[in-house]
Amino acid sequence: MTAHTEGIALEADLLGKKYGGRRGGWALRECDFALPTGRICALVGPNGAGKSTLLALAAGLTRPTEGTLARPARDDLAYVAQSKPLHPRLTVADTLRMGRELNPGRWDGAAALRVVEGGGFSSDTLVHHLSGGQRTRVALALALGKRAGLLLLDEPMADLDPLARHQLMGLLMADAAERGTTVVMSSHILTELEGSCDHLLLLAGGRIRLAGTVDDLLAAHALLRGPVGDLAPHTVVDSRTTGRQLTALVRREGPVEGPWETTEPSLEELLLAHLRTPEGAPA
Amino acid sequence: MVEYRIDRRSGVATYLQIVQQTKQALRMGLLEPGDRLPTAREVVEATAINPNTVLKAYRELEREGLVEARRGLGTFVRATLGTTAPADSPLRGELAAWARRARAAGLDREDVTALFTDVLAQHFEGDGEQ
Repeated sequence: MTAHTEGIALEADLLGKKYGGRRGGWALRECDFALPTGRICALVGPNGAGKSTLLALAAGLTRPTEGTLARPARDDLAYVAQSKPLHPRLTVADTLRMGRELNPGRWDGAAALRVVEGGGFSSDTLVHHLSGGQRTRVALALALGKRAGLLLLDEPMADLDPLARHQLMGLLMADAAERGTTVVMSSHILTELEGSCDHLLLLAGGRIRLAGTVDDLLAAHALLRGPVGDLAPHTVVDSRTTGRQLTALVRREGPVEGPWETTEPSLEELLLAHLRTPEGAPA
Repeated sequence: MVEYRIDRRSGVATYLQIVQQTKQALRMGLLEPGDRLPTAREVVEATAINPNTVLKAYRELEREGLVEARRGLGTFVRATLGTTAPADSPLRGELAAWARRARAAGLDREDVTALFTDVLAQHFEGDGEQ
């Protein structure tokens, strides 16, 4: 158990990023959040929400247009881009050897091998000949071999079949359990993250819609079902009426009183409700 | 050693599933005092759930006095649970006989569950597990 930086792994303060060019615009705007060390954070949101931009900023590949993002030093973070860039002309073994040489003194060859194993390819295969899912394995092997305190993974599971997804997610969680690694991973498929993540950043339209621990966010909301009526003082995130029946997801102000059947929403219900509402309730 | 089975669609919080499965293993005698629970690493590698969820479950079991964490060694079972354990216990036998009679009387599974839940609620009011 190594605590890399006690406390906060990643902290954004009014962070904004604008891309240039004629069609340029704000990819991220006024983002404020703090991610404590050791959390497994799901970065979710629709396509174009700013997830990849936020990860690239966190990785130091691009600079903020405004605001700040406090992050670990470059050699204490590992970033796996959505395109999983690797040298096509290197073999898997050479790629891992390169990982060792680029990370002198901290490379964990055994951890990297554990990720590559089970991929159904031998280590003298050229990267060029690997399938998408196999490339993902090699890219994740490089990231885990680096033993970084912060892992930034952009759509890490997109190319993987369900079995590989489960196995690699298990390895990621095991790494986090053993070393207290902070992980941020983006996805627009929530089910692959539910259960693994304990922290959430929901982005929509370049802005943060929800940020915090999953437990706190779920507890702060309630799913109501019952007769149509005034839901004040609670903030309605999303509501639907069918005849006389009302179904609503609210951000609660104290306990919910009234004729409604009240349950705690699932993470999926919470996210869908927030995504359905264009402006929504402030987090 | 127990192996946890996590059902993400059950609606039961994941940490509670671990707590309940551990207690079930204690009741059935699959876990005995001195046995080590799997490490958080072992559980999350097999299930892909969040490590903090396992730690939360173990803390809850510790709070209830069922297990203890020994620094650097792991989490160990301290106590057994209940007296119903073995498959051949008299209580189990009586319950099985009762279930046979219920079925013979024409009750279906849901009727029996409803009846059982109702009687449980009557006799164990206020000391539920959740």
